[in-house]
Amino acid sequence: MSRFLLSRLGQSLFVLLAMSFAVYGLMGLMPGDPIDLMISADPKMTSADAERLRTLYGLDKPVTERYLNWLSAALGGDLGYSRLYAKPVLEVLGPALSKTLGLISTALALSLAIALPVGMLAALRPYGRLDYAVNFLAFAGISVPSFWLALILIILFSVTLGWLPPGGSGGGLHMVLPVMSLTLASVGGHTRYVRAAMIEVLRQDYIRTARAKGAGPFRVVVKHALRNALLPVVTIVALDLGMLFSGALITETIFAIPGMGKLIFDAIMGNDFNLALVVLMLATGVTLAGNFLADVAYAWLDPRITLVKRGRR
Amino acid sequence: MTQGRAPLVLAWQRFRRHRLALVSAGLLIVLAGLSLAAPLVAGALGVFPDTVDLFHRFEGPSAAHPLGTDELGRDVLARVLYGGRVSLLVGLTAACAAALIGTTIGLLAGYLGGRFDAALMRLTDGVIALPLLPLLIVLAAVDPAKLGLPDGMVESEALSLYRIILIVAAVGWTTVARLVRGAALSLRERDYVLAAEAQGAGAFRVMGVHILPNLVSPILVATTLSVGNVILLESVLSFLGLGIQPPVASWGGMLTNAQELIWSAPALALYPGLGIFVTVIAFNFLGDGLQDAMDPRALEGRE
Repeated sequence: MSRFLLSRLGQSLFVLLAMSFAVYGLMGLMPGDPIDLMISADPKMTSADAERLRTLYGLDKPVTERYLNWLSAALGGDLGYSRLYAKPVLEVLGPALSKTLGLISTALALSLAIALPVGMLAALRPYGRLDYAVNFLAFAGISVPSFWLALILIILFSVTLGWLPPGGSGGGLHMVLPVMSLTLASVGGHTRYVRAAMIEVLRQDYIRTARAKGAGPFRVVVKHALRNALLPVVTIVALDLGMLFSGALITETIFAIPGMGKLIFDAIMGNDFNLALVVLMLATGVTLAGNFLADVAYAWLDPRITLVKRGRR
Repeated sequence: MTQGRAPLVLAWQRFRRHRLALVSAGLLIVLAGLSLAAPLVAGALGVFPDTVDLFHRFEGPSAAHPLGTDELGRDVLARVLYGGRVSLLVGLTAACAAALIGTTIGLLAGYLGGRFDAALMRLTDGVIALPLLPLLIVLAAVDPAKLGLPDGMVESEALSLYRIILIVAAVGWTTVARLVRGAALSLRERDYVLAAEAQGAGAFRVMGVHILPNLVSPILVATTLSVGNVILLESVLSFLGLGIQPPVASWGGMLTNAQELIWSAPALALYPGLGIFVTVIAFNFLGDGLQDAMDPRALEGRE
């Protein structure tokens, strides 16, 4: 099993590396050029100056060489300077990361707190009336464009009712609408996972055995079924970390929250090469970490996987 | 009396029982008809998506403008109709293109197997691991002039349309690829495939004639379900200003304007969003119904 996880870890690192090169190349294809920007900022600059700057920053070298230079600097802890924020990239990242992690974890916890009981109840009587209603709402949840939902929430609670501020960088009440919109964006999918996993488990022989031995419905569901149904749910939630990151990008952009998602967007749009590169790598890293965690969780929660791998070795 | 009926008849009977899917199918046909006939419908109502009328801005619903007018006095109904055209076009084309790429990669990986399979599947895993939205934003922000495209193409208005189809297809093929690969892996061991091979059928003949036809229904289901996702991605990119470029009407782009005017004209946010929501949920229900109809055991059969 540790060999399996090691090879997955190696794979993830390789994808991360390949992604960093691809993004490095893509960023070079963005509109705008750092030297052009400097020229427009300083009209007295001559073309000889521009050439000198180009050589100074190594922009006249081929893309692979520039990439390798960036990589060795980055691995040494030097992530460069953010043009947009006029600060070292690392200093910009810290507060944004904590902001986003707070937003994501709150929304994830709330979403699961709703999805677990609702999905379980729906699974008790598949295709019953409650299941039908839950299924409909879950479908609505995965089909609604999250940015529109956020706008509607702002219109409802800020514009019309005036109860809540429409986002912004403050804590407390300012976070209510963003958290609500991110939760609503993921709760539909989570409910469907829980329901599907629960239906699958309730169909198993050991559940029939437990029922036959006289276990009450509550005991059967909570003691026997829930733990097994959680297995696929944990995996899918871990796999979904990247999706949550994408969701945070939309939410943060609309509610003007200075988190990672807004950072990604602003950095890409504002031609902040160093910042965009690092933030994108971080987003990829989070997604890969989610996938890796899903594998670990699966191997850890399901002893059969270990056995299979041992047998093969 | 289900014996002896053709599979398609049986599938239709199962599909009919999924009432939401049936309603969705009808709804989508109406939406597609309205989109195709958008110029006719708009013309018949006497409304136009691009006619600016600064004397009649932010008007409420009236006989002349059934859904009112926007910040430039353009008719909201006409813009919603034309926006639907864009969304459906992008959704269907990109989903089909993604299915085509995914089917090709999945077939090759599953049937040829070995190192080829390992390499293609590592590629698939890699693409799945990428953060979708940030990646799409980078791809959408790439300057076409720096790619060395001819000037005529770079300046054409349709470029943003082609680009969004291309980039969504480029990252969206993985679901179908995994699905097709898994099925091809098991089908290639079947007796009838072995028999075909024994009779000298080449790899491409086996894949195209013997394996692919058996995969039509799962591919169709996965593609239908992905159309909704593609429409969501298109609208969010257009909303962020990276998808369909104004003045071309798109649902996402209309919502960008609505967000800026959220305090003065909140009603503008309603219809484009409803358009996206209804279309996407209809595709999802349709996909769900098709899944039940074509492969009642699809859910259990998957790994």
